[in-house]
Order: sequence, then C-alpha cells, then structure tokens
Amino acid sequence: MILPIDPANKLSFKRFIKDGDLVIVYERHDTMKAVKVSEDGVLQNRFGAFKHSEWIGKPFGSKVLSNKGAFVYLLAPTPELWTLVLSHRTQILYIADISFVVMYLEIVPGCVVLESGTGSGSLTTSLARAVAPTGHVYTFDFHEQRAASAREDFEKTGLSSLVTVGVRDIQGEGFPDEFCGRADSVFLDLPQPWLAIPSAGKMLKPDGVLCSFSPCIEQVQRSCEALKSQFTDIRTFEVLLRTYEVRQKILENCPVNEGDSIERPPRKRRQGSAEGSNGTECSSSPTVVIRPSGEARGHTGYLTFARLKCYV
Amino acid sequence: MSIDEDLKQNHNSRLTYEGCNVLLDINDGDRLVFSRLTAASTLKIGNKKCSLQPLIGCAFGSLFQVESGKEGTFLTRFVENAEGNGLEEKDVDGSKDNRALVDNNTAQSLTSEDIDEMRKQGAKGDEIVEALIANSATFEKKTLFSQEKYRVKKQKKYAPRVLLRRPFARSICEAYFKKHPEKIGFMRVDALSLLLCLGNVTANADVLVVDTLGGILTGAIAERLGGTGYVCNTYRGSSPYPVDITRMFNLSDEICKRIVHASLTDLNSSEGQEETLPVTHSSGLEEVGMSAEDGGMDITPERVPSPIIRPVKSIKPGQKAPLEAIKLWKENGFSSLIIAAPELDPWGIIKEVLPLLSFSAPFAVYHQYAQPLATCMHNLQIEKMAIGLQISEPWLREYQVLPSRTHPHMQMSAFGGYILSGTKISSSDSLTSSN
Repeated sequence: MILPIDPANKLSFKRFIKDGDLVIVYERHDTMKAVKVSEDGVLQNRFGAFKHSEWIGKPFGSKVLSNKGAFVYLLAPTPELWTLVLSHRTQILYIADISFVVMYLEIVPGCVVLESGTGSGSLTTSLARAVAPTGHVYTFDFHEQRAASAREDFEKTGLSSLVTVGVRDIQGEGFPDEFCGRADSVFLDLPQPWLAIPSAGKMLKPDGVLCSFSPCIEQVQRSCEALKSQFTDIRTFEVLLRTYEVRQKILENCPVNEGDSIERPPRKRRQGSAEGSNGTECSSSPTVVIRPSGEARGHTGYLTFARLKCYV
Repeated sequence: MSIDEDLKQNHNSRLTYEGCNVLLDINDGDRLVFSRLTAASTLKIGNKKCSLQPLIGCAFGSLFQVESGKEGTFLTRFVENAEGNGLEEKDVDGSKDNRALVDNNTAQSLTSEDIDEMRKQGAKGDEIVEALIANSATFEKKTLFSQEKYRVKKQKKYAPRVLLRRPFARSICEAYFKKHPEKIGFMRVDALSLLLCLGNVTANADVLVVDTLGGILTGAIAERLGGTGYVCNTYRGSSPYPVDITRMFNLSDEICKRIVHASLTDLNSSEGQEETLPVTHSSGLEEVGMSAEDGGMDITPERVPSPIIRPVKSIKPGQKAPLEAIKLWKENGFSSLIIAAPELDPWGIIKEVLPLLSFSAPFAVYHQYAQPLATCMHNLQIEKMAIGLQISEPWLREYQVLPSRTHPHMQMSAFGGYILSGTKISSSDSLTSSN
C-alpha cells in the first residue's frame, strides 16, 4: 500500500512489515527492487538469500541480513521509490518532470485528471497521490497489454480505487464523451499530441489546465499551434535535475616558504613523513566538499502547459 | 466511483465569491496582484482605481478590460474573438524588415492632448488604440510581428486587461519569486514542487515542517492535504514561525484547521501536560502576524479595511496542535518531514526532528546554500540515520514557441535552491549496525 488512503490506516502509520506487504528492498541508492512479502518467500540476490519470514514483524526502514550475513534495507513504498523500481514498458517520467507537472496542473485532492498514454504508470502513481482521497485519475493507453500490466501494478501498489485504466487510442478517437467538461486537468504524452488537443479542450472545465509532454521541439511547435484557438497562458518549459556528490576530503594546507626555490618534493614523500616541513606547520583537517555529479540526464522532454479559455 | 460522485466531492470552487482570494494577472503577466474580493475592494491601474465588485461571482479564468466612462474607471468582461490574431504563417519568412524605420519620434501624429480629448468624448480604450495605429506613419511598413507588438503595447497602456486567476501554490510561489524572492528564501516553484513530492505529501499524511519562509511551504502542503491529515509547523523557543502567506490561498476552514504548530519542546516532552499555557500566547501572536501581512506585501497593494474582511474567515490557519494529535505523533511518528529554514543550520535542526518521524519516513530539506546541506548529508551518513541521501538542484528553462522563432527565453532564473532528500531508517537498527 503506497498511500494512506484509508484515514484509519494512518493512525497506525508506524507500520511493521506483514505478510502481503509491498516493500522496497534497498541495496544502494541505484539498486532497489519492489518485493511482495509472503510467509515462505525468499529473495535471492548477489548478497545471498533473504527469507521473508525473517522480515515479518520488523518495522519498515529496518536492516535485514542474508544467509551470508550481508544486509539490505526494507523501505515503505512511496511514489518516488516506485518510479525507481517499476518495470519499464515505455520511457518513463522522472521526479523533476513529475513534480512540476503535478504543481502546474494545479492538482489537489478531489480533482478529476485525464491522462494518455498510461505507459509504465510512473506519473500516474503521483497523479493518484495528488487527487486522493476523493478524486480520480482516468488514464488511457492504446496498447492493451500495457494497460493490463499497468492495472496489475496499481493493484499491487493499492491505487486501484483512485485510478481507472482504459484501452483507447486517444489520438485517433479522443477521450470518451462521458468526461466532457468534467476534467480539472489533462496530461498528454503522445507522439502527435496536437491530434488529441481538441478533445482535451472538450473534456476540461473552463480554466482547467492541460499539459503536453514531448521530447522533440517539432512536436511542441505543432502542439502550440493547435492550442492557440481554445487555450490561453500557453507556456513551454524544460525541467532538469542536477545532482551533487558529497565527500570528505583532506585538503592540504602547507604554506610555501619564501625564498625556497627547491622543487616541491614528490607527492609520495610528502604524504608519508613529517620531515622537510622546515618548521612550518602543515595543518590539514578533513573537510566536507560538494560538487555537481559529472554526468546527468541532459534532456527528458518539453512540458507545454495551457489553460482552457473561459467564455461566458 | 462514478464521475458524478467525483464532482460532488470536489469542493474546489471555480467561481469567485464574496471574500475569496484572487490573483489578478494584469496585462498578461506584467503585474500580479493578490486581492480579496469584497464590495469595497479596489484595484489601482495606472493612476486610476477600479472597483473589484464586478469580479464577484465570475468564473476564474475570466478576462476583464479597463474602461472609463462618466462614472470613472471600471472593469468590464472582455471576450477575445476566438479566431486569434490571424498573423500566423503570413510573414514568417520576413519579407519586410526595419531598414526604412528611423527613430526620430515623428511617426505618431496624435498628441497626448488629442488622446485626452478623445477620452473626454468617451472613446473606448480599443478605439484609442485603433486611432494610434491609423495615425502612425510607420505602422504599415512594420513586419506583421512588430505590428502585433505595437498593437499589444498600446492596448496594454490604453485598454489594460485583467485576468482573474485562482491563487494556488504555483501562482503564489511564482509571484513571490518574481517580486520578493528574499521573502521565500529564493525558493523557485520547481524546488517547491520537488519538496512536496520528496516529502510524500498526500491526503491523510501528517507532515512535520520547519517553515521559516512565511508559510509558503505550509500553505502548499495544506493545499495538497485537502482538509485531511496535518501540517505541523515546529519551532524552537516560544514563538511559532508566522504563516501569513497561507492566507493568500483559498483554503477552506476544513483545510485551515489542519495547519497547526507545536514547539519542539512539546513534541519531545514525555508528557503532554504543560501545553495548555501557550494557547493564549499564540493567539495573541496571530494578530501580530496579521498586521505584518497587511503592511508588508506590495504584491497585495489594495487592502480593504479589516472590519470588512473579518466576518468572512472564521478559522485562522496556524492554531496550536490539538493534544490528541500530539499524543498520536509521539506514539506513531510523523509520516514525513520537510524543512525550509535557510536561517537554521540543517544538521542542527534535522538531528532534533528526525527522531520524531515514523519508520521509513521520507524527508526533504531546502536550503539556498550547498555547504550546510553537504555537511548535514555527511553527518546523516556517518550517524547512519538515513539512506537514499541525495542533494539535487532543479534547473528550469522557459521557451518562446512561435512559428519559425522558437528559442529559450533570453533571461532565465539561474538558481532555484538546493534540496537534500532521503529516507529515515529504523533507529533500533542503527544501534546494532554500529558494531
């Protein structure tokens, strides 16, 4: 269960792992896995075998040991962790785009949100979190099997009461008529979003917000053209995340003696011994340093937002 | 769940009402004004005051134009023609250019006296704009794009438009970041978005916050809680941090009730006995907070005398946390933690508040400087208090999208803040793991 949908549940938030729970097995920040706990289940990984029976009754966030004495952490699932462990059936949205989309679509509890395509359900999970407990996400994908897998995932994460997955070609057919004028927000991640924009306009309440996610600028160009007649406040953004590395380092602090023209001793010697300091003190204490990571995701997609014009 | 039920439960009003907060977008984002709609409230545009009365009961998203008549200046509903401005595709290859334009200030033959005279005779703003175009010697020589630019410039001056918007965390944060970034610790809207996600803010969550940014974070969280759970703003010492910005949102009483504060001492004490005393103390503080808001914010220029506001809102956000809630938090822990307190040392505060969280609770800390977060992250690692630690910085670029003229904006914000995030690990384990 990824969200405390039932208010009675949150009172016992300090949860202990029980049979049937979904846990995120954390090895390292880049190695995680979602596991459904079962009495006789065993998790095999490079650290050895972990018996689920030994997990049951421990608090979430606990460290558990394998038969070889190695350890992993068992975390409670959140939409952020889920995004990192879900099975990729398509390219997915990550946290920078997801958080920005939820904010800009002005999604609050109770909202009705339409989405297409469902893809791997990464964004859908966060949309569900934002509309809970009384709103609903209706998400559509034209790929039948993908929709079925997404449905299974929402079952697994306990979001079925907030998300309905439909099989439909939104570009070709538009959203179903039953949603006309009822959507607070619409999200499009389609190869030709401009084909779905007129339908999205019909679905939205006046002043409702639409977002279209497209990797290519040509798609953005055509979408913006299509938006002009019915929408206002059309804005396109790119959001990226720069991550940082934090280390503890010893930065040497040896003043150079004036008039001392002799070449600096080779590195090895300086490290090894205190000799040759000529009486000046070398005080080098460990410092915490920070720098941007060398590699980053350089592009995900452009986010175009627009608001349905309001005619009285 | 049927759609009808969905709709019924969505209290999120799309019509304005007397006493509601609105964001007025003047001339397509040139100026943003937060206002409370009452019969007496006014908006100053140029040197004229307009009553906001005509905006009450209108749909959010409605557009108004400033007109002047015998009664003075007033706002009227304006509906754009649906076909747009019709300049697309015609001149994108740029067959015209500015080689013949000379900037000698003689192109316009209408004088300001002429315009005043037109106004006296009751000409509408649009008519003045048309007259200016008709009397411009160079208008016809301009490219279609610069003709449009000219028209928009004159329209903004002689017939300003006001767009009625709902105040949301998004627009409030954007407006502050544009006008008074220092009041919200230079936190850009994408950083705020990240905090809300990394802090797993959702219905029924009990979010512990340290918000010294005037309540922008507290308000954004409350908006996402929708009247469930709690956002509990904690503080050292005896006075809670002000949350005045929460009053710019249209938060219902139900939602305001969920914005509470509790001192660190109260949250840490083993018994909840001595907590009755500060109640009077804190309600006294509310009044101070209110007057500070009235004077301090020029995003909200048109203040109405307070007696008119008073009866509208019954519950003030930022009450003392109820004792039962504090008791439950002590037993179960908070479901997540978000800190946005640039004045405080992140490590100093987090080591105090992290033990108040539930097992496996996610947390996020905002800061405008990297070094204190780096030290904090390092210490959390050494003390084995959390995993999944990450410092990140969002980067946001806006684009101009026009036929054959798409490019990033020439000016952008280069910095929106740093965020340290992670997940608390079970404390009993961190003891055993140290050997």
